[in-house]
Amino acid sequence: MRRAGWLAGAGALALGAAVALAQGSPPEPRRQIPNPESGLNYATPETRAIQEDDFLNPAFLWVEEGEQAWNRVEGTAGYSCASCHQDATVSMRGVRARMPAYHPRLQRVVTLEQQVNICRTERMGAPALPIDSRPLNAITTYIALQSRGMPVNVDISGPARPFFDKGEQFYNTRRGQLDLRCGSCHEDNYGRYLRADLLSQGMSNGFPTYRLKEQRVISLQFRLQGCVNDVRGESPPMGGEEFTNLEFYLAWRAQGLPVESPSVRR
Amino acid sequence: MHQPTSPTRRGAMALLAAGVTVALLPRPAWAQLSAATQAAVDRIRGSRTPQEGRITLRAPPIAENGNTVPISVLVDSPMTPADHVRRIYVFADKNPTPDVATFTLTPALGRAQVDTRIRLGQTQDLVVLAEMSDGALYMARTEVKVTIGGCGG
Amino acid sequence: MASPIGQPRVRLPAQARVGEVIEIRTLISHAMETGQRRDQAGNVIPRDIIKRFEAKFDGETVFAMDLAPAISANPYIAFPFRVERAGRFEFTWTNEAGDSRSATHEIRIAG
Repeated sequence: MRRAGWLAGAGALALGAAVALAQGSPPEPRRQIPNPESGLNYATPETRAIQEDDFLNPAFLWVEEGEQAWNRVEGTAGYSCASCHQDATVSMRGVRARMPAYHPRLQRVVTLEQQVNICRTERMGAPALPIDSRPLNAITTYIALQSRGMPVNVDISGPARPFFDKGEQFYNTRRGQLDLRCGSCHEDNYGRYLRADLLSQGMSNGFPTYRLKEQRVISLQFRLQGCVNDVRGESPPMGGEEFTNLEFYLAWRAQGLPVESPSVRR
Repeated sequence: MHQPTSPTRRGAMALLAAGVTVALLPRPAWAQLSAATQAAVDRIRGSRTPQEGRITLRAPPIAENGNTVPISVLVDSPMTPADHVRRIYVFADKNPTPDVATFTLTPALGRAQVDTRIRLGQTQDLVVLAEMSDGALYMARTEVKVTIGGCGG
Repeated sequence: MASPIGQPRVRLPAQARVGEVIEIRTLISHAMETGQRRDQAGNVIPRDIIKRFEAKFDGETVFAMDLAPAISANPYIAFPFRVERAGRFEFTWTNEAGDSRSATHEIRIAG
């Protein structure tokens, strides 16, 4: 399953590169880690056991909340998510795998969280939900689950490319008092221990994830804030441009890995 | 940086503690309990002396995060009205308060087993007491190392 | 003020053979606040835990658990049950304020 997913992802990559060339975009960059490994491979057997059983995985409490929210009318327009998108198990299949994605009208890349809020504010007449809030994490976890097992496959070609490039630049910029770039841990030292923590490749295919430390479902950008704080840097806000572009870049790093949402991580 | 107690020192302390308490409580499993855990155990046992055996205590030797540590306790018992496990007590020896959970069992279960997930503030011993329907007490303990991570975020 | 007790999840087979020992697994949405954490403003977050779980079969208590703050958030509790007849389970979670939440499940005899 995982291998097939990777092959499918590789095929999509090749196709994406061909399209990009045809459009005159810069060629797709080479990945530092061409054959990425999920963070699951860096987890202890006990943590894996929790992820691999949907009943043991507490994130399914969020899934159930998200399913209820999907069908609940909110806002002035009298719509629920289901009013437009009907059955999420059909309409949302594959959405998590291709997000973040370029939004033509807004002319920027948007995350799944932001897309939910765009629907809420523009279609439903409902207020935007705070990034990483429980109700938003519940909806995105429910949506993400519909793509479980599908290869991550974001499109960085054409007008999306400048946003990808900015994300890549953020990734490779040393920051904080520790003067580390993201790759200092997740490219140069994965598989080694940072004190007692086994460093993973920093792949984002499991988000939203149930984090044992937090004992709740967290969004990717919450985790990114933690990383920047860990290098004693000043974190940009969740939902802002920097982290959105970084999330886009991170998705491309994980291209081809199966979506594991909702995963379980330490 | 936190330095774990060296094996030799720990061994010496265990021997010392066992030696000191041997007259009162013959089991090495009794040695080195924190005062709070010892008090909690004493309240349950009264004048009884817990025996070893019958309890299978499963917990990860190394927990990635102390906030969510899966544990399983299985007690060898026929679980009949005449002979069953009445209670299972779980203590975390070095938590701010050692109490973790008390399970009340009945013969209707058919098997004496409980599974849950617990919080451990640091590397420490889990201590389990099982009380049988005839009043006999059994005790088991196991160490769980709790990872102090490099990634606080 | 205790926060509302969240949605419970319970998994057990819909039917079993007489004499079969089944596994009952439960999970409930709850923060299990220890009273030892602080919020971002530095204020202590008040203790708020589920303190008791009870499982009844046809009205009779068959299993119970008293929980301390050392039980992880979103408490997971699993235990066995020997099926002798069809009947109705009632599971109840109670917090320290005395509020409770219940779930019921029927079990049938197979064949």
